[in-house]
Order: sequence, then structure tokens, then C-alpha cells
Amino acid sequence: MATIETPLAYKPADYKSDINAIWCPGCGDYHVLMSFTRAFAELGLAPEQIVVVSGIGCSSRIPAYTNCYGFHGVHGRSLALAAGLKVTRPELTVVVASGDGDGYSIGGNHFLHACRRNIDMTYVVMDNRVYGMTKGQPSPTTEPDFDTALSPGGTGLSPFHPLVIALASGANFVARAFSGAPNETASILVEAMRHPGFSFVEILSPCVTFRPDEREWKSLVHPAPVAATGDPAKAARRIMTDDGFNIGILYRGERRPYQPRMEDRNSDLAELEKDFEL
Amino acid sequence: MSKTPSERPIASITDLLALAHQIEADAVQRYIELADQMETHNNRELVDVFRDLARAEGIHAKEIRKMAGDVDLPALAQRLGRWKKGDSPEQADLSAAHYLMTPWHALQLALTGEQQALAFFTSILDTTKDAKIKEMAAEFVEEEAEHVNLVHRLLRKYPKPPDSWSDDDDAPTPQG
Repeated sequence: MATIETPLAYKPADYKSDINAIWCPGCGDYHVLMSFTRAFAELGLAPEQIVVVSGIGCSSRIPAYTNCYGFHGVHGRSLALAAGLKVTRPELTVVVASGDGDGYSIGGNHFLHACRRNIDMTYVVMDNRVYGMTKGQPSPTTEPDFDTALSPGGTGLSPFHPLVIALASGANFVARAFSGAPNETASILVEAMRHPGFSFVEILSPCVTFRPDEREWKSLVHPAPVAATGDPAKAARRIMTDDGFNIGILYRGERRPYQPRMEDRNSDLAELEKDFEL
Repeated sequence: MSKTPSERPIASITDLLALAHQIEADAVQRYIELADQMETHNNRELVDVFRDLARAEGIHAKEIRKMAGDVDLPALAQRLGRWKKGDSPEQADLSAAHYLMTPWHALQLALTGEQQALAFFTSILDTTKDAKIKEMAAEFVEEEAEHVNLVHRLLRKYPKPPDSWSDDDDAPTPQG
């Protein structure tokens, strides 16, 4: 009874800031924050070794709620910021947080090219299929028959398919998670952060205010029936034929991450400034 | 998502105390989170209910810590492993929160937590072959049963609200 145990290096609470989240009660993003901190603790990284970068939207508030370095950036431009950061400071672990509006609409083009560049960072999109912060407009992943005062009868548009687009664009790791299963989500995030190259994790995260129907997601999600493949064509076929609620790691690629040679980088600020002299 | 403990079996009374303490500590943390959410959304009555629940669970955690003496229970619980799915048994379901929820809803969450904790300790009581662990598990079962009864008594004070409880005269509506 008198044994004193040695504590592990970090606890999830060590990664939480003292700022109270202001998401709506019941929002899936609370669970995503929990998964972030659990994943960081599992990796045993010091908070100052991690940078959480975001754009704009409910989900993009997340850097403020962590105790890591953070950058709450411009709408849709989080990946561009993060790419610059990772290339310059490769020793840092860079996690980018976004939502389906910020990530797939305003930042859609950056998404394609971030997958293609394959820089070693993790992109987490909290997908609630609606613009929550700006009060309920249909987003790129909204179902075509989502019928509201803003989209009477639905938009009639096919939803964006982020996982397949990520695969086609060259992402090196593709997974889908559900916010309501924070431990499983944390495990997926750990794998994503450990995987070299650009890892993409889409987290289904219900918006209980503008999409109360999404409270039912917890009864719809299920583990993916097969283990992750390294064959992008096979992964794409599986993803295109699933019901959208398969949870797990779906693709693990082996592309070499992009990282410019250190000697090519101009670290002399004075020299750099000369280039901009008029 | 079911709430089941880690696969590693409980090998000693210290293990059992560590998990029992973790259950209470997780419950405290979750009630504080919910109280903070309600504070942000100005649901004052619920702030008080959740803070009271957090205090009650905190007292249980303190009692368990006292029983364990010098053992670092959180560290031991961490090594024993996490709950396999979802949260630990007594943690209220975050996704069930609503900005207009009433004390009845909060107590329903508490009741579910207490029932899950009761089921957890009952499963240990029913399966362990160690006499000492069995004795302590039986104590925890009695305690959790008392807590279930207590929540039932509190629910008499806070009857189920009418179905219109979530009606909001100024509800969030889609904006163009």
C-alpha cells in the first residue's frame, strides 16, 4: 500500500488553457478538444513543441483552448500558415484545425495543394456539415436536401467528398473519426501525428444548434470493417462505397514528406530584406 | 458507446482504489466542464447544480485518496489503462448538454453516471476471486447504490419539465 508511483510525463490537463470554451453545450468540438489533449499526452510532447494553427469558425477557436503555441489565422488560410511554419521549424509538431466551411470552401484550394505537397503535419477538420458560427448556412458537405429558410428545398448540390479528394490530391494518411468517441479519436490523432507526411483526419462533430439531427450520429457511426490500406485506389473505392460513418484509419501511404534542404533556406534576415529594397 | 473498463484485470486493492478514484475524479472534471458551459450560456440554476455535483464527487474522491495512503492513485490509474470506449463510468455525457437544460436533465445525467458506476463495481464483485478485492468492491457497490437512491430522492424535488422546456423565444435561427 505504501508504494509511490512515478507519474507519466504529461497529463491531458497539461495541454488545456485556462480559457473556457464558448461552444454551444452539446457541441462535438468539446470532445475534439478532449481528444487533442489526450493525443498530445499520449505522444508525450511538451506543450511548447506543438503548434495548433486554425482559420475561422467555431472549430477554429481550438488553439485558444490549448496550452500549446497557437495561431488563429485568416479564413481558409490555416494550411498556408502551417506549411510555412513547418518548413521553417521542422522540429515542431504542427496540427491544423479547421471546419467544413473554412477548410473545404474558403480554404478548398489550400486543401488540395497541402495534400499534394505532403508536408509533415496533421490536418483535422471538424465536419458538422453547416456553417455554425455564421448561423446555419449550408456548407460544402451539407446534404443536397437540407431544407431551411436559407436553402428552401435544399441546395440540390452534391456534397464535397473530402476523404476521396484528399486521397486523389496526395495525402499520405486519411482517417475518419467521431467526436463522441474521444478515446478512439485520440488514438487516430496519435497515429496521424506519428505518420510522416500530410495526414488528414476528418472528425464528424455534430452542430447541435443548427443541425440537431446530428445528435443521432452516435447511433450511426461504426468501425471501418477492414484495416487501412496502402493502396490509394482501393482506399478510394472503399470510401466512395461506404455510408459516410465508417470510423478508423482508412489509408496509410508511403510518400516521402516534402522538406526543403536546410542549406537552401535563407536565415539571414538582413540578406532577405535586401531582396525587398526599393 | 458502452462504458467498460480496461482489459487489464484488477490485481489488488490498490488497483481497485486507483480506478475508483479515477471514476470520481473524471466525474468531478466533467461536472466542472458542464458548469462552465452553463455559466457561459447564463443558465445560473444549472451552474449551481453542476457545481454541487462536482463538490459531492470531489468528497468521494478525497475519501478514496485517504484510504490509499501514500499511493499515487492518478498515476496508477493511468498505467492501468483508459476506459476502452467513451468516458469512464460516472462521467456525464457531454453531448447530452443543452443550453436550456433543467435540473431534471442534470440529475438524469447524474443518475446514469451513478448507475454505470454501480454496474462497474457490481461486475468486479461478481467476477473477482480475491476475497479482499471482493470485500472492497462490495463496499463500493453499497456506496454507489446509496448514490443512486440519493439522486432518485433529488429527482422528486425536480420533476420532469414539460416538453416545451427547450422552447426559446429568441432561438438561434439560420441567417442569410
